[in-house]
Amino acid sequence: MSTDRNPGVPLDLSWFDRIAVNTPATEARAAQLTTRRSLKKNYQAAWLVNAIHCMDLTTLAGDDTEDRVARLCAKARAPLADHILAGLGLDGVTTGAVCVYPTMVAAAVRALEGTSIPVASVATGFPAGLMPLDLRLAEIRYAVDQGAQEIDIVITRAHVLRADWQALYDEIAAMREACGAAHMKAILATGDLKTLRNVYKASMVAMQAGADFIKTSTGKEGVNATLPVSLTMVRALRDYGARTGYRIGFKPAGGMKTAKDALAWQILMKEEMGTDWLRPDLFRLGASSMLADIERQLEHHVTGRYASSSRHAIA
Amino acid sequence: MPTVKEILETMDYGPAPEASGEVTAWLAARGRFGHFINGAFTKPGETFAADNPATGEPLAEVTQGTEDDITAAVKAARKALPKWAGLSGHERAQWLYAIARHLQKRERFLSVLETLDNGKPIRESRDVDVPLAIRHFYHHAGWAELIEDEFPGHAPHGVCGQIIPWNFPLLMLAWKVAPALAAGNTVVLKPAEYTPLTALAFAEICAEVGLPKGVVNIVTGDGRTGAALVAAEVDKIAFTGSTEVGRLIRRATAGSGKALTLELGGKSPFIVFADADLDAAVEGVVDAIWFNQGQVCCAGSRILAAESVAEDFTRRLTARLAKLRVGEPLDKCTDMGAIVHPVQLARIHDLISAGEAAGARLIQAECQLPPKGSFYAPGILLDAHPANPAMVEEIFGPVATLSTFRTPDEAVELANNTRYGLSASIWSENLTLAMDIATKVKAGVVWINATNVFDAAAGFGGMRESGFGREGGREGMAAYLRRPGPKAQPEAAAGRLDAAPQTGSPAAPGIDRTAKLYIGGKQSRPDSGYSYAVTYKGREIGLAPLGNRKDIRNAVEAAHKASGWGKVTGHNRAQVLYYIAENLAARQAEFEARLHDTGHSPKEVAATIRRAFYYAAWADKFDGAVKSTKTRNVTVAMNEPWGVIGIACPDAAPLLGFASLVLPAIAMGNRVVAIPAASMPFAATDLYQVFDTSDLPGGVVNIVTGPRDELAKTLAQHDDVAAMWYCGGSEGAAMVEAESAANLKATWTLPNRDWSAAQGREFLDRASQIKTIWVPYGE
Repeated sequence: MSTDRNPGVPLDLSWFDRIAVNTPATEARAAQLTTRRSLKKNYQAAWLVNAIHCMDLTTLAGDDTEDRVARLCAKARAPLADHILAGLGLDGVTTGAVCVYPTMVAAAVRALEGTSIPVASVATGFPAGLMPLDLRLAEIRYAVDQGAQEIDIVITRAHVLRADWQALYDEIAAMREACGAAHMKAILATGDLKTLRNVYKASMVAMQAGADFIKTSTGKEGVNATLPVSLTMVRALRDYGARTGYRIGFKPAGGMKTAKDALAWQILMKEEMGTDWLRPDLFRLGASSMLADIERQLEHHVTGRYASSSRHAIA
Repeated sequence: MPTVKEILETMDYGPAPEASGEVTAWLAARGRFGHFINGAFTKPGETFAADNPATGEPLAEVTQGTEDDITAAVKAARKALPKWAGLSGHERAQWLYAIARHLQKRERFLSVLETLDNGKPIRESRDVDVPLAIRHFYHHAGWAELIEDEFPGHAPHGVCGQIIPWNFPLLMLAWKVAPALAAGNTVVLKPAEYTPLTALAFAEICAEVGLPKGVVNIVTGDGRTGAALVAAEVDKIAFTGSTEVGRLIRRATAGSGKALTLELGGKSPFIVFADADLDAAVEGVVDAIWFNQGQVCCAGSRILAAESVAEDFTRRLTARLAKLRVGEPLDKCTDMGAIVHPVQLARIHDLISAGEAAGARLIQAECQLPPKGSFYAPGILLDAHPANPAMVEEIFGPVATLSTFRTPDEAVELANNTRYGLSASIWSENLTLAMDIATKVKAGVVWINATNVFDAAAGFGGMRESGFGREGGREGMAAYLRRPGPKAQPEAAAGRLDAAPQTGSPAAPGIDRTAKLYIGGKQSRPDSGYSYAVTYKGREIGLAPLGNRKDIRNAVEAAHKASGWGKVTGHNRAQVLYYIAENLAARQAEFEARLHDTGHSPKEVAATIRRAFYYAAWADKFDGAVKSTKTRNVTVAMNEPWGVIGIACPDAAPLLGFASLVLPAIAMGNRVVAIPAASMPFAATDLYQVFDTSDLPGGVVNIVTGPRDELAKTLAQHDDVAAMWYCGGSEGAAMVEAESAANLKATWTLPNRDWSAAQGREFLDRASQIKTIWVPYGE
C-alpha cells in the first residue's frame, strides 16, 4: 500500500454499479463487532486516549463566536485534566484536529498557535451543499487561505439519488483541486442517501475523484454516523485500496456521544482494516460531546471514583 | 499489564476475562454429582470427570448412570406422569414460566458454566445458547397454555427418554424438555458425558422452582447409559446427535411402538452466488463454521461459490480468517474457544488429514494456540472434490470445504450431493434466484442471506439422514403429542401366494382378464415371470403378478422420473384427483361387483370416490405458515412432499385401504410405490385404467403386486425411497422400521383399522415434511 495521497482515478462505474450490500447482514455484523471484542483496564484507557488523538473536536453551530472557538481550541490543546494525564503516565495528549466553519478558521488558527493541531474547516455550502459550484469552490479556497489544513466538503446528495455519478465525480474532483495541499474529507451525508448501496457507491465515486477521507455525516442529518453505514464505507475504502494501493481515511461524525461509541468505532476499524486505521492520519472521530464522557471514564480509571463533568474543563 | 503508553503503540485488545468465581465456588461445593431422580439428587455412584476442555482439568465428578439408575428414573417419571399430564394447560404453563424466569435470573451463571464445561466462547453462551434456551421455555409456556385449544383431543406420549449432544448442552436440553413438559410428558434426560454440568444446574433450578417430583429426571453417563434409556420402558425417544448413533437407536426401537424423533448430522451447503454481498457471505461463514468451533450439526460446512466470484470470495474469506481470535473461552474477545474433548480434536485432525491426503489444500489461521487444552486453528479446505472425505464426512470442527459451481442448477446438484439434509444457507441479492434454490435444496432449514439463526417459534430438523421430526414451533409440539388414534383391527390373513396352477377351481367363463404391474404409467409383466392365483372361497378370481425386488427397483425409478408431479400446483393435482373420482364413479357398479364377488364391501367404492374428492379438496389448502420469529424476517414453514413414498397396503379393505393411503400421498405431490392387498390385488390393479384415463402422469402411482412383507422389505432398504408407510402385522412393522435405519427414512407403521373413517390432517402431515425458510429483509 502506498503512503502517498490518493490522486484519484478516472471515474469507473464498474467498480461499484453492481455492488450488493445486504442491509440485515451488515447490521448483524455491526452488532457483533462490539459483542465480539471487549476492552478492560489499561487497554480501555489507552483506546480512549487514542480516540482523543483521532478526534476532530468540533463546533458547527449558528451561534459560534471567535471566543467560543478559542475555548474549544484550549480544550483541544489540553483535552484531559493534568491529574488524569499524570495518572495515565502520559503527556502531550491533544485532539487530532479542531473542526469549525470557514469564518472561524482564522480564530482557531490563532488559538492553536504553537501546537501541531491542524484546523479543519467545513466548506462547500455546509451542511446542505446547495450552492452554485463556483461559490462552493471559492469557499474552499477561502478556508485554505485562512489557514485550514483540512477541508470537510459536502457532496450534492441529488447526484447520488439520481445516480448521476459523472456529475458527482466532477464536483468532487473540482473540490479536491481547490483544496490544493489541504486534505479533503468528503462528507456523504449518509442519512440522506438512505440505502447502503448508495453509501457504497457515493464512497467509491468520492475516492475515485480524489478524496483523502470519506466521512459519514454533517451532524445535521436526521441520522448521522451509525455502525452499519460506517462498516459499508470502510469496506468501500478497503476495496478501493485493494484496487489502487492508496489508503483512504475514514471519519464517522455526528451522533457519537459516549466513550463506548469511541471504542465501538475503533473496534470496527481494527477488525475491518487493522491498526494503521487507528491513527489520526487515517481515522478521525467527528464529535463535540464525546470528549466529556471520555474524560470522565478516564478519571474513573485513574481514581477509581466515578467522575463529575463539572470538575472538568468544558470545551 | 503493559502501560497505557505501551498499549497506545500496539493498540492490542488485551485480556478481558469473564469472572468465573461464582461458578467455580458452586462446583467446589458440589464436587461429586449424583443423578437427579424423583426431585432429589442421588448419592454419587461410580463417577467420571467432567473436564474443562480449555485446560484439560477436571471441573467436577459426575456419576456413570447404570441400568438401575435408568430404571429408577423412568419409574419416577412414570409415577409423576398421571398428575402432570392431568394438570390443566394453564397450570403447566405456570411451571414452564417459572422455569424460564429462574433460568433468566441465572443467565450469567449458566453462561459461565457452559463455557467452562464445553469450551465455547463466553460470547456465544452469553449471547446465543442461554438466551435461546430461555426463549424456548417462554415459548413453550405459551404452548402449554394453548394446548386444549390448539391440540384438541391430543394426549402426551407419556415418559420421554431424551438424549442430547455436547455441542449446545443447555440449549438442546431446552429444546427437548420444554415441549415435552408443555405437552404433559414427563422426562428422563441424559446429557452428553462431555458436558453434563448445565443439565445438573438445570436440575437444581427445577428443585428451586419446586417442580413436582419426577417430572424432570436427569441421569448422567456415557453411551451405555443412553442405550439403557433407549431400551427402557419409555414411550418416546428424542435424540440429537450423530447419524451413526441415530441409526442404532432406530434399529433398537424398531417394533417397540416407541415414538421417535431424530435430529442428526449434516454436511450443509453454503451457497454463494455471484450477485451476493460477498462481505456479508464472508461473515456468514464466520457464523456458520467458525461458530461453536464448527461443532454445529447445521454448520455450513460445504461452501459452494460461483466460479465467477470464487477467487474474490476466497481472498476475502482468507483475510477474515486471519482476524479470528482463538483461545481462552472465558475471554470476551475470543471468537473460537476449545474443542469439546481431546477425542473430538483427534477426530478433526484425522478427517482433515484424510481430506488433505485426498488432494485438498488446507488454509488455516496462523493463530497462536494456547499451550494446553483442546484447540484447533480454524480454516478452509480448498480443491476438495465431491468424493474427498472432507466433503463427505461431517467433520464437526472449524473447517469448511470451499469449491465452485458454474450455474444455479449445478449449485443445487452439488448441494444435494450428500446423504444429509439438515440445513442450507443461500447468498444472493436476487430473491427470485434465492427462493428458487431454497425450494430445490434438500434441507429442513434454509437461511437466505443468513445462517445459524434460530428461534423457538420455528421448526428445526432435517431431511434424509439428518433425521426426522421437528423441534420448535407448532410442529415441534406435535412431536410430543399423540393424536387420538383409531382402534386397531385384526388384519385379514393374506395366505400363501402360490405360483403353481390351481386346477381345482377354474376361473369364471368369459374373456380372461390379466392384471399386470403398473409401473411408470405402463402395465408391465413381473420380472419373475411368475403369477399367483387370487382365490376367494377356493375359487380362482384371476392371476396376479408375483412382483420381486427388481420390479420394486423399476417402480422406484419410474417414481423418481415423475418428479414434475411435486412441482405442479395444488389445483392441478386436485383436478386429477377429481377426475379419478369421476372416472371411478362411471365404473362404480363394475368395481362394486368385483368387491362383492370377493367378499368385500361394495361400499368401499363410494367411499373411495369420496376420498378422492376429500384429498382433491385438500390439495390446494394444506397450507404452510409464516412464523413469528425475529423482527424483519419472513420465516416460512413450507409443506414439502417427501418425494418417493413406499406404501404397503392393508389386506382388509383392498380398495379403500389402498386409496386411503395413496390419495393423500399423491395429493401432497409425492409419488408412490404401492403394494396392494395380496389377497385381492385387483381392487388396486383395476384402478390403473382409471388412472390412465384421469390424466394422472405415469410414475406418480406405481403398483407392484406380490408378497407384501418381502416387497416392503426391499422398499424399506431402498436408499432412494424417502418414506415408508406400512399397514400390517407387528412383525412386519418392526422389520420395516429396522430396515429403514440404513437411510433413516421416515416410517409410519399403522395398524389395520376401520378404513371408512381413515382420512384427515394426520395423513397429510405424514405425507409432507416441513421446510423452514428464513428470509431476512430490510433496506
